[in-house]
Amino acid sequence: MSHPNAAEINTDVVIIGAGPAGLFTVFELGLLDIKAHIIDILPRAGGQCSELYPEKPIYDIPGLPLVTGQGLTDNLMQQIEPFGPTFHFNEMVETLTSVGTEHAPAFRLTTDAGKIFNAKVVIVAAGGGSFQPKKPPIPDIDQYEGKSVFYAVRQMEDFRDKDVVIVGGGDSALDWTLNLEPIAKSLTLVHRRDAFRAAPHSVSAMQELVAKGKIAFKLGQITHVEGNQGQLTAALLKTNDGAIEKLSCQRLMPFFGLTMKLGPVADWGLNLNENLVPVDTEKFETSHPGIFAVGDINYYPGKLKLILSGFHEGALAAQKAHRYIYPDKKLLFQYTTSSTNLQKKLGVS
Amino acid sequence: MVKINFRDTAAFYGAEPGGGAPTKVKITFVDSHGQPRTVEGEVGSTVMETARRNDIPEIAAECGGACACATCHVYVDSAWSEKTGKASQMEEDMLDFAFDVQPNSRLCCQITVRPELDGLIVKTPSQQG
Ligand SMILES: Cc1cc2nc3c(=O)[nH]c(=O)nc-3n(C[C@H](O)[C@H](O)[C@H](O)COP(=O)(O)OP(=O)(O)OC[C@H]3O[C@@H](n4cnc5c(N)ncnc54)[C@H](O)[C@@H]3O)c2cc1C
Ligand code: FES
Repeated sequence: MSHPNAAEINTDVVIIGAGPAGLFTVFELGLLDIKAHIIDILPRAGGQCSELYPEKPIYDIPGLPLVTGQGLTDNLMQQIEPFGPTFHFNEMVETLTSVGTEHAPAFRLTTDAGKIFNAKVVIVAAGGGSFQPKKPPIPDIDQYEGKSVFYAVRQMEDFRDKDVVIVGGGDSALDWTLNLEPIAKSLTLVHRRDAFRAAPHSVSAMQELVAKGKIAFKLGQITHVEGNQGQLTAALLKTNDGAIEKLSCQRLMPFFGLTMKLGPVADWGLNLNENLVPVDTEKFETSHPGIFAVGDINYYPGKLKLILSGFHEGALAAQKAHRYIYPDKKLLFQYTTSSTNLQKKLGVS
Repeated sequence: MVKINFRDTAAFYGAEPGGGAPTKVKITFVDSHGQPRTVEGEVGSTVMETARRNDIPEIAAECGGACACATCHVYVDSAWSEKTGKASQMEEDMLDFAFDVQPNSRLCCQITVRPELDGLIVKTPSQQG
């Protein structure tokens, strides 16, 4: 896909995925003077740790007897800060193409936000895959997706003067109810119950709009859609007492949270084994020179899907990445405890 | 070859050791096509863990029992809904992210296997994630 205002970014390394493995790889690369850009489809760092279990305790991070998913993420962010990685959140890497040679690899990556990256090395730290919106089991919904059924708003103008139905009771559903109400022709919020797990101020703002008659609120679930050629004409609402009501609409936005799907990683020409990317255990490089895979996404005999494995893998991948990026420089093994050179990089000397 | 997937890991992390001498109860999972599968569940573990250990289809349990994904949604058979009890506030909130939620909907990672649940029947929905 080509975008008119595509910005091209040139960098040593692109890391795909800001989970714990991707984050710590920034650190290991940074010690070797390698700069990284890191891309994640989520709006924040931490991968599974911050998305699935931010409050839960982790007991098996070496040296940290107890840390929560969010706590670990915050610590990692602090640890990699000296290396100034550039984060690109809310963006999914769609394509990855090789434009170099075996000995001088080079890659071109594009994201769904239209950015283009040119990198010498790519580190795939995509974990269990990309977090993607859950798609409700409405027959034929896929024929409307991207045309009149949306799981995220890319362009508000798509909703101007439309009859919009939003489904859900969380923050996304309520935020978009509040944001789209002024420009939509009509807006109906559908939720299974009259309780919302969203910021209290959004809930009260929404209730005020209902009281003023500016939006409608219906209890129930959407079971079917009607329309043709991807353009929606109506959504069928099954109310909680079993009645069916037809809501005429041209836009539908279901918000059912996120699920992990392998996603575009499958399309990059990498070998896959049960949806995992096989790597060697010396440098965690894939079958394609210059593309590494660390963390939950990789596979090798004996692999354990633990955070600590991802850390180790990132450290070794960084060593080989150095050879691609600085082919003429010799790598000196050093400790952060005693090397003034490393300490300078960390900003602690 | 060993197959390790994300969901096994998730179930692994959700696992709690069953305290004391393990007692087993029978749990039947009826899939969306009406096919029943009866397996043994260990007292003290959860219905979700029982499903994962026995490769029950139609239970994804992506978050490993953290009540954070709503992909372990089941419908509790009406004869059992009193014994399984009601969803907590947190579980009710999470059920908002499940599909076709009914009054007997539960997230089965939040149902602990107890001796009085021997014979429990739950139905699984056609789509979790
Ligand atoms: C409930 C639970 C408890 C756990 N407890 C522990 C524990 O106690 N100890 C332990 O060691 N491990 C634990 N784990 C496992 C641990 O969380 C994972 O091993 C770890 O998160 C893997 O890190 P990662 O960086 O490889 O991937 P992830 O954390 O999965 O992050 C990958 C990131 O890549 C992004 N991504 C993927 N594809 C793309 C793309 N195409 N474009 C842009 N971004 C993309 C995703 O959005 C995601 O943010 C637990 C897991 C769960 C679910
Ligand atoms: S396993 Fe995720 S909510 Fe039950």
